[in-house]
Amino acid sequence: MANSVSPDIGVNWHQDIFDVLVAQDISIVAHVPDAGHGPLIKMCEANSNMHTVTLTTEQDGVGLLSGAWAGGRKGVLLMQSSGVGNTINALALPNICRIPFLTIVTMRGEWGEFIPWQVPMGQGTPKVLEAMGVRVFRVEKKEEVGLTVDAAAHLAINTRQSAAVLVSQKLIGAKQFNQG
Amino acid sequence: MLQRRPTVKFLLEDRPQNLLAVSGLGSSTWDLSAAGDNARNFGFIGAMGQAAPFALGLAIAQPTRRVALFTGDGEILMSLGILATIANIGPENLCVMVLDNESYSETGGQPTATAGPTDLELIAKGAGFTNTSTVRDDSELAALRESLRAASGLHFANIKIATEELPLVFPNSFDGVTAINRFRDAISA
Repeated sequence: MANSVSPDIGVNWHQDIFDVLVAQDISIVAHVPDAGHGPLIKMCEANSNMHTVTLTTEQDGVGLLSGAWAGGRKGVLLMQSSGVGNTINALALPNICRIPFLTIVTMRGEWGEFIPWQVPMGQGTPKVLEAMGVRVFRVEKKEEVGLTVDAAAHLAINTRQSAAVLVSQKLIGAKQFNQG
Repeated sequence: MLQRRPTVKFLLEDRPQNLLAVSGLGSSTWDLSAAGDNARNFGFIGAMGQAAPFALGLAIAQPTRRVALFTGDGEILMSLGILATIANIGPENLCVMVLDNESYSETGGQPTATAGPTDLELIAKGAGFTNTSTVRDDSELAALRESLRAASGLHFANIKIATEELPLVFPNSFDGVTAINRFRDAISA
């Protein structure tokens, strides 16, 4: 995209995330659709070993993945930063039960945002996650997305913690007016 | 009118080995505990609204086991969208049961929406559940017990129960890690 400010054209960071999910045996993919996650959601839906669940609200993803882990399967919650606010009280569940919880958050309201309504939750996202005991990993370069998701997934699964990867708007590309 | 503790006990009496039970925070968890301690139970004591999504995730991960969800009208009303999600996924091994006393009994008995015109069975139908019931007496409860123990079939039941003041019956442990480890070990055994 012309509006992308990240110079590393050629890196398919959606594919890189997908490869990490497969390598780490993460097979339940819960999401509230977001354009930033669009290509990844398509890849997951096309894979017969993955169970993709479209949620009506992000908070349900926390319970869903916790239940799946109790039943022996690992998952990831894909959401936009605006959805993080919906998950706050639900995050008590993985926190207090030490259930591994992994989420990948596409950021809005930070780098080059043009919609004022996106700013409060975008700016609040790392703070509320940290306030609920979630380990936050930020990534701003396309070539580091896969590596970062891999590191966050390892931490979440092996140490039974909640971990979030915040994918910067800097690498996704700020949405412009003509894109709706 | 049905009473919540004998209702839950009746539904779970001599339960099959493959039946896993999840309960929503507050009264439903005390009811599940009162029916007898079982390592294949997991009861919420917080995170209101998360018992139903937890049960859905468990049902997806454990397709050969039956998952029984017991929750209250207050909890399910907090996050009605999960009924649409469950109906769309359509897990054949999940039975959603709402213990509907039309009030927030834990907080002083304030009326919930079901004390007014709101009908949870109709909401479940609208969400896409094809197999639903409202349970008000012993014969309807016996039918629900059969549905719960059937080999398969996604079911939603709204169980109308009396408002009662009952002693709290705590689960095996208040500690979340102890509780989830015990449950997970029981499933993987």
